[in-house]
Amino acid sequence: MIIKVLGPGCAKCATLERRTREAVDALGVGATIEKVDDYPTIVGYGVTATPALVVDEKVVVSGRVPTAAWIRDVLRHRAPGARHDGP
Amino acid sequence: MSIRAVGRLPASTRGRWVVLSLAAAAWAAAYRVNGWIWDLLLYDLFGLAPAARSTETIHFFLYDSIKIALLLVGIIFAVTVLRSYMSIERTRALLGGRRAGAGTVLAAGLGVVTPFCSCSAVPAFIGFVAAGVPIGVTLSFLIASPLVNEIAVGMLFAMFGWKIAALYVTAGLTLAIAGGWVLGRLGAQRWVEPFVFETRLGGQIIDSTEGLGFDQRIQMGVEEVGTILRKIWPYLLAGIGVGAAVHGWAPESFFATYAGRGNVFAVLVAVVVGIPLYANAAGVMPVVLALHEKGLPMGTLLAFMMSVVALSLPEMILLRRVLKPQLLAAFVAVVGTGIVAVGYLFNAVLT
Repeated sequence: MIIKVLGPGCAKCATLERRTREAVDALGVGATIEKVDDYPTIVGYGVTATPALVVDEKVVVSGRVPTAAWIRDVLRHRAPGARHDGP
Repeated sequence: MSIRAVGRLPASTRGRWVVLSLAAAAWAAAYRVNGWIWDLLLYDLFGLAPAARSTETIHFFLYDSIKIALLLVGIIFAVTVLRSYMSIERTRALLGGRRAGAGTVLAAGLGVVTPFCSCSAVPAFIGFVAAGVPIGVTLSFLIASPLVNEIAVGMLFAMFGWKIAALYVTAGLTLAIAGGWVLGRLGAQRWVEPFVFETRLGGQIIDSTEGLGFDQRIQMGVEEVGTILRKIWPYLLAGIGVGAAVHGWAPESFFATYAGRGNVFAVLVAVVVGIPLYANAAGVMPVVLALHEKGLPMGTLLAFMMSVVALSLPEMILLRRVLKPQLLAAFVAVVGTGIVAVGYLFNAVLT
């Protein structure tokens, strides 16, 4: 699973990245997390409100920072091999 | 929504409203008790003389810290939850294909209510242009968004009353509309970096706040309160500290002499001083409050506040990615001149 955190590096982007890492660790899935701060690429995803989260090239959230639990749910749906006994 | 989900809703809804009501009641009680409790502690318990300068300074500091913190918590929470019903995507759809005239007015209004972080200024700008929003209209949005800040409106209303709050909103909107219109007429699109026009809005566009549950909006409100307070508390304390010192120790005539109505350059100086200072509206409030108590005219103070929030160096550096230096300079010149005009106008009108 390839996860991208879109944003120019503001405080909210850092929070989103941290929560995404927490979610990935909690699920125990194999995932790479990339940071994207190039504006044309960000807008290329249709995102105009940062930060945004892209999972396997699909935008799942933009313009706000969801909770780690919310991110975990989203990732669980997209990763078949994820642990389901997590908290 | 399924019938089962609807059937389940009342219990959780009730619980949620109970929690919200309790929080609101606790907030109101704390706001009420603040002041009285410091009288009791300082004068009765510690036996300090109410008239002494040092006591007055301490009282001002304690009372104002709590009062401003409570106001910020309440206002930031309410504003964030209300704003979560708008989104930058909806604003862009509303502005797409508008003519410059009506579009500029609409953009200024939407700039006030759209949830927007200045760190999103560049992608938002590119997105607006890609959606066919004229540059002048886009700039009107970008001027209004930080300038007329709902948190500032709420604080002004709570501290100075509705007239000042209304004046601030009217002046800010007028400035954003005029600024966007003037910059559009100047042919601002010449001074936009070419890559902006080549960038296409790709992918599927998702609305950032659509379909959120009420609980998620509440959670956003709570988090926003935490984020803003964590970011501004040192400035807040410093501001209130300066305010308390000014309140207790600066002679009444000091500010009135050097920055009062008599000094024609006061507004100009306030605006220039405000540009390098970067704080959001919440952080600058305690300073405004303290200086107002020392007799600084409201026009000068509003000009100072607008300059701090609307003309910020970090945002200029961000916008430089999409705007050429000429447009950036024109932007600062138009907005700066407007703020100075607002300051003089209010000083003349408000007595």
